[in-house]
Amino acid sequence: MEAKRGRIGSALLAAGRGLVLSFAALAGSCTLFVLALVSIAMIPLGIGLLTTPYILQAVRKHANQRRLLAVTWSDVRIPVPYRPFPKDLRSGFTGQVERTTLMLKDPATWRDMRWMMVDMTAGYVVAVLASALMVYPVEGFVLAAGLWRVFRDDRYWYGFVPVDSQATGLAAAALGLAVFACGVLVSERLLRAHFVLARSVLAPTQEQELALRIDRLTETRHEAVDTAASELRRIERDLHDGAQARLVAMGMNLGTVEALIEKDPAQAKQLLAMARESSAEALTELRDLVRGIHPPVLAERGLGDAVKALALRLPIPCDVDVELPGRAEAPVESAAYFAVSEALTNAAKHSGAERIWVDLRHSDGALRFSVTDDGKGGASPGAGSGLSGIERRLGTFDGVMAVSSPAGGPTMVTMEIPCELS
Amino acid sequence: MRVVLAEDLFLLRDGLVRMLEAYDFEIAAAVETGPELTKALAELEPDVAVVDVRLPPSHTDEGLQCALAARRARPGLPILVLSQHVEQLYARELLADGNGGIGYLLKDRVFDADQFIDAVRRVAAGGTAMDPQVISQLLTRRSQDKPMGGLTPREREVMELMAQGRSNAAIASQMVITERAVAKHTSNIFGKLSLPPSDDDNRRVLAVLAYLDRG
Repeated sequence: MEAKRGRIGSALLAAGRGLVLSFAALAGSCTLFVLALVSIAMIPLGIGLLTTPYILQAVRKHANQRRLLAVTWSDVRIPVPYRPFPKDLRSGFTGQVERTTLMLKDPATWRDMRWMMVDMTAGYVVAVLASALMVYPVEGFVLAAGLWRVFRDDRYWYGFVPVDSQATGLAAAALGLAVFACGVLVSERLLRAHFVLARSVLAPTQEQELALRIDRLTETRHEAVDTAASELRRIERDLHDGAQARLVAMGMNLGTVEALIEKDPAQAKQLLAMARESSAEALTELRDLVRGIHPPVLAERGLGDAVKALALRLPIPCDVDVELPGRAEAPVESAAYFAVSEALTNAAKHSGAERIWVDLRHSDGALRFSVTDDGKGGASPGAGSGLSGIERRLGTFDGVMAVSSPAGGPTMVTMEIPCELS
Repeated sequence: MRVVLAEDLFLLRDGLVRMLEAYDFEIAAAVETGPELTKALAELEPDVAVVDVRLPPSHTDEGLQCALAARRARPGLPILVLSQHVEQLYARELLADGNGGIGYLLKDRVFDADQFIDAVRRVAAGGTAMDPQVISQLLTRRSQDKPMGGLTPREREVMELMAQGRSNAAIASQMVITERAVAKHTSNIFGKLSLPPSDDDNRRVLAVLAYLDRG
């Protein structure tokens, strides 16, 4: 009985959702499709250049809304295939023209258009059917309950049942019941069918998916190469101005010592002390440099302990929770380490937090880690901030980052890198 | 005094052997790798071991692991660990058993032979020798909290030396004050940190570190 009620309940829910979808298909898709057509047609006149990006943006929002509903209602995943705009897009009229061109060149835009056509026809029918199967029976029951009297002289067709008496009214109710049972069985499936239909039109073909992947790889490879090159430049500069210069000074001092050792032992001793000091400073500089290239604890102990050691160096109390049953590949560990390090530095410097929490674990084929602080919030991953650096670093490994930082705090930076542990 | 030395770089190993011999230590063994070290520690029963953290064949923290294993087998075996970098994480692990006879220093500390030899002797005698960098890391963290904030600059200075494992006499000569003044400072510190006073150098350090650890 419980289970039966559960089934009827979820069928009714599916019917309600079908109704919502049919509205979205008719009102949303229909309107937006017409607007988009008109706007694109107006491009030769100039006006279209201004309006198209806005309207296509609205179309994408509409499609994304449907993608979201597909996942939450029927667990149908439809990938989001839009090409990102380049970061150096100009503003004003030229920017708008560029945007229009880019959007029109994006095959995803045309797939959206095609989808809207399907959505307001076939999609609409399927969605309406999902709700109608649950609503239509009500009429049958009402007819049986007494509405048949109205049609005593003027025969009314309920489905294939001509209603004009109590008996035929009851027959209508029986038909209604059959339809209802049918609805209970299929309305959820119809809802799902609606989303599967949407997916078949919206989802990129394999070829397009590959093209997207190539775009992404090219972008992240450029960034990786750039980062590596600028890292090497920084290391070269640090060595040149630091350790190398100190070693030169040391050698010079030792040379002078050699010449002075018999003539002026006192001054020679002083120079020796200086040489020793230089060597100690050179060591300190090299140590800092090494920490920036590949932290020794990471090499010796792996990610978990390296992050713990990092937390101990912070001026703010920091709790570290690690659950890693193995070790990731060295480059992934390194990327994760520096991402955590950057997030911790940010939190310690800017948030005014009194406590920081780091959580590090591996689940569902990905390394997931987060840095949370109880500071004042308001952190944004805008250009030039440390957070955008993290995003770039993770991008090379198909990793992602999300920042939640409402004004007033707390700030939570969540990061994820797909990888296997060994 | 018999020393086992583990260091994989020839130049450094050779230099350490010379230095220790110059200060009348007997080198029982000077080894290159982790397995050799484990064997030497078990068979030669040295008075003290000087061990590099990173050793072949794994080139990870093999020296540290060997040292910890040897101390589990023989509690209190005096070991001085040397490293190119110091980490509080490792310092905690070394001190965790509470048996004393532990040193943890940056390799740079061998530049000052007298101080280095002093540290080796202190560890051999069951004391501790913590690198000032470990201590200063601990103190910067704690300085923001109230209990440490309550210390005067002079007391902080005493505290740092104390945490490195120095005796009252050594602290007095370093700070150019009388031993009695040091004793007064230390009892003030213990009072402010609400630690029970004790004469034992080693327990002093352990207590301080344990206290700092609570941050």
